[in-house]
Amino acid sequence: MSAKRNKDIKVLQGNEACAIGAVAAGVNFFAGYPITPSSEVAEFMARHLPLIGGRFIQMEDEIASIAAIIGASIAGSRSMTATSGPGFSLMQENLGLACLAEIPCVVVNVMRAGPSTGLPTQPAQADVMQTRWGTHGDHAIIALAPSTVLECIELTVCCVSLAEKYRTPTVLLLDEVIGHMRESVTLPPPGSYHCESRGTPGADLDDYCPAACEGDTVAPLGHFGGPHRFHVTGLTHDKHGFPTMVPDEVDQKIHWIVDKIESRADELAMNDEFMTDDCDVLLFAYGSTARVAKASVRQLREQGIKAGLLRVKTIWPFSGKRLHELAPQLRGIVVPEMNMGQLVLEVERTIGGGVPVRRLGRVDGRLFTPDQITDFVTEELSA
Amino acid sequence: MTKNGGRFEVRLSGSGGQGLMLGGKLLAEAASVYDGKNTVQTQSYGPEARGGKSKTDVVISTEEIDYPKATKVDVLLAMTQVAADEYADSLKDGGLMIVDSYLVETVERDGAIQIPFTMLAVEHCGRMLFANVVALGAIAELTGVVDWDSLSKAVMARVPEGTEELNQKALDVGREAAMNAREKTN
Amino acid sequence: MSQAIETARTYLKPHKKLPTVWCGGCGLGVIMSSLLRVISKMEIPKNDIATVSGIGCTGRMPTYVDSNTLHTTHGRALAFATGVKLANPKLTVITAMGDGDALAIGGNHFIHACRRNIDITAIVANNCIYGMTGGQYSPTTPHGKRGTTAPYGNVEHEFDASALAAGAGASFVARTSVYHVRELDKMLEQAIRHRGFSVVEVMSNCYTSYGRLNKYKSPVDMFRWMKESSVTLREAERMSPEELEGKFTRGVFVENYMPEFIEVYDNLAERLTSDSTTVATQLRETVERYERLGDRLKAVG
Repeated sequence: MSAKRNKDIKVLQGNEACAIGAVAAGVNFFAGYPITPSSEVAEFMARHLPLIGGRFIQMEDEIASIAAIIGASIAGSRSMTATSGPGFSLMQENLGLACLAEIPCVVVNVMRAGPSTGLPTQPAQADVMQTRWGTHGDHAIIALAPSTVLECIELTVCCVSLAEKYRTPTVLLLDEVIGHMRESVTLPPPGSYHCESRGTPGADLDDYCPAACEGDTVAPLGHFGGPHRFHVTGLTHDKHGFPTMVPDEVDQKIHWIVDKIESRADELAMNDEFMTDDCDVLLFAYGSTARVAKASVRQLREQGIKAGLLRVKTIWPFSGKRLHELAPQLRGIVVPEMNMGQLVLEVERTIGGGVPVRRLGRVDGRLFTPDQITDFVTEELSA
Repeated sequence: MTKNGGRFEVRLSGSGGQGLMLGGKLLAEAASVYDGKNTVQTQSYGPEARGGKSKTDVVISTEEIDYPKATKVDVLLAMTQVAADEYADSLKDGGLMIVDSYLVETVERDGAIQIPFTMLAVEHCGRMLFANVVALGAIAELTGVVDWDSLSKAVMARVPEGTEELNQKALDVGREAAMNAREKTN
Repeated sequence: MSQAIETARTYLKPHKKLPTVWCGGCGLGVIMSSLLRVISKMEIPKNDIATVSGIGCTGRMPTYVDSNTLHTTHGRALAFATGVKLANPKLTVITAMGDGDALAIGGNHFIHACRRNIDITAIVANNCIYGMTGGQYSPTTPHGKRGTTAPYGNVEHEFDASALAAGAGASFVARTSVYHVRELDKMLEQAIRHRGFSVVEVMSNCYTSYGRLNKYKSPVDMFRWMKESSVTLREAERMSPEELEGKFTRGVFVENYMPEFIEVYDNLAERLTSDSTTVATQLRETVERYERLGDRLKAVG
């Protein structure tokens, strides 16, 4: 018997890997509602949380699920939920509360084809704009999109960490392909992932301002049951957390929740590049589509076309920095997405007409093939 | 493994309840956890829990796997007539088709390997649900895409306690049937 | 009187949030002061209480109560409270909801909270109307009564909130009114002490909207209605359905001792972590390996 087991290699499903990332990041509360193609995240958490001192609950719907994780976060837990389009639509209401009240929590959205019930088991990337603008009112959001199963672990940790650090809900945007596929993963050694914490309020119990919004630092968040008593509300509030209608205070608050994230777009940007050094045609992609685009870059290179790939892991806030840097060497940008054109709008806005930007959408519930992207690029180039 | 050492695609197809998803899982774990190769397994999902069409693809490679789905498969296992008819075209030129001859009556493809997996499972292991493991034994033997020991260990690591012997038996039966079938086709 | 002032000073927030948004004569003040008396009597430390609400006039209660307070979205108080309690079970969690909040937009959360039996106390202030938005009919507006959206009388039929809670499996259900203050104090205390999900439906008065539209000219008229139209459980038992028409019953309808959710969950977790079978041990080892991928282990709570 020659074969030897490598204990660090696992074949994991994307959804399962998300749950593993959550465990690694210290998530100890999960509330969810069954929905394809995300249910495996909840199933994993239901199975494992009681073993590590956490708690799991299946709520009556997605509205309640996100409400419960926000409540748990306020009471000191690191909390997460997972869903797909229809459930994500229901979560928009309380996502807004978490944005305004600055409560850390993580929502995993495994994107399936919509609108409405759509295609429950087929992939799409059509919730990108909903993630950014889905809840009413001005706000900002952090959203990350993994392309591999290992990244499902890594970026879930990032989502928890960023949620804690910036006191904001974060969204892990998977698509059905990544969520459902199983891929071999080499687990990194213990202690590999760092996770930020929301901080501890100062010793002065009377002067705690849970909703301070001045300067550069996000106020630490106490927890219900801790030494500081505080008020949390979905009404626009002052630094003490109490409702206010004073125009200056309201204005400051809204700027604060948007700027604390949008002003850090470049800092938060996580990209991966493939053959961009000398490329003159750039494929811009994310999620499972980026894997296809990478295969396509190889095909195009074989044909003598200098293609490269800019894969964004940080979807929101959108950073145009690398696009700006690459733009002078480019004769064209192609943005394949499993939607009718969403993140491409940000690319177009960033480039501002300097370089032709072409959209390649696919909305039939199927992943692109490398040939499809390659053919599109060659046709565009010859046109 | 393939001549160029690169990407190798296996498609396991049939109907729900035949244990094909688990079969794909075991194949991927054998190739990754024991053989150290990269694997990606994808599957088609339907709303039915049992019955209906079922298929899973396992891509195995020594290199990075970018495109996660199967393109043109190297090996097609068809455990039903419907699957054999529907997926025969997904085989690449020179690809290998393996069918459960107990359930698949007509095979259009020349050189297809025909083994009555379901019947062998019942005969040797007492239950038809071992057919998937019998088929894995045959695939390993016919393709060499996974190391034999690796497959055996991967299967043992995952099957319920107390069923190890029957599963090993299933693998062996599949391997032996594959050897015989190859002789016949050659 | 001085006792009342003392209680108010201790358990109302010091942050200049008074006067309340509630109209003079509104029953919500009665409910809040009853709650404060009970908390005071039970000597629960303020830091160990979480008061959670949704939207509407009742939803403003946490703004004034000096505890940890969470003012959430419309109908969702119980869902938030569920998370709060599960994350920190030592907290005494009290939700305050109006009838529209608890039974219309929050109806689904309400029945499922009843079913789960998590140790939360739900106060349903039932004034049979949407007060804050100006008097639209609610799920408890009696058939035939008027609201601004039922200008010719309510076509629909009302919920009996207590019967709904009992039917959904709440382990403690009681009803009284803001006129019956001593009874209210007693029931709230019973409810908070009850280990499990408890519902106290408090018939209240929105004379500004409901009263104006339904010929109750002053808060006093509405209190008189509560006095005259309510009967105790014992009285109700001796009355015919015809005699009970238009009246509501007061009393403790349900008081069951059944296992509380977190108790059951934690017992289960305890069993799992001490299970020495191979399967359980492997499962624990695997998840601990995943846990150790991170550089810190536990959250703050």
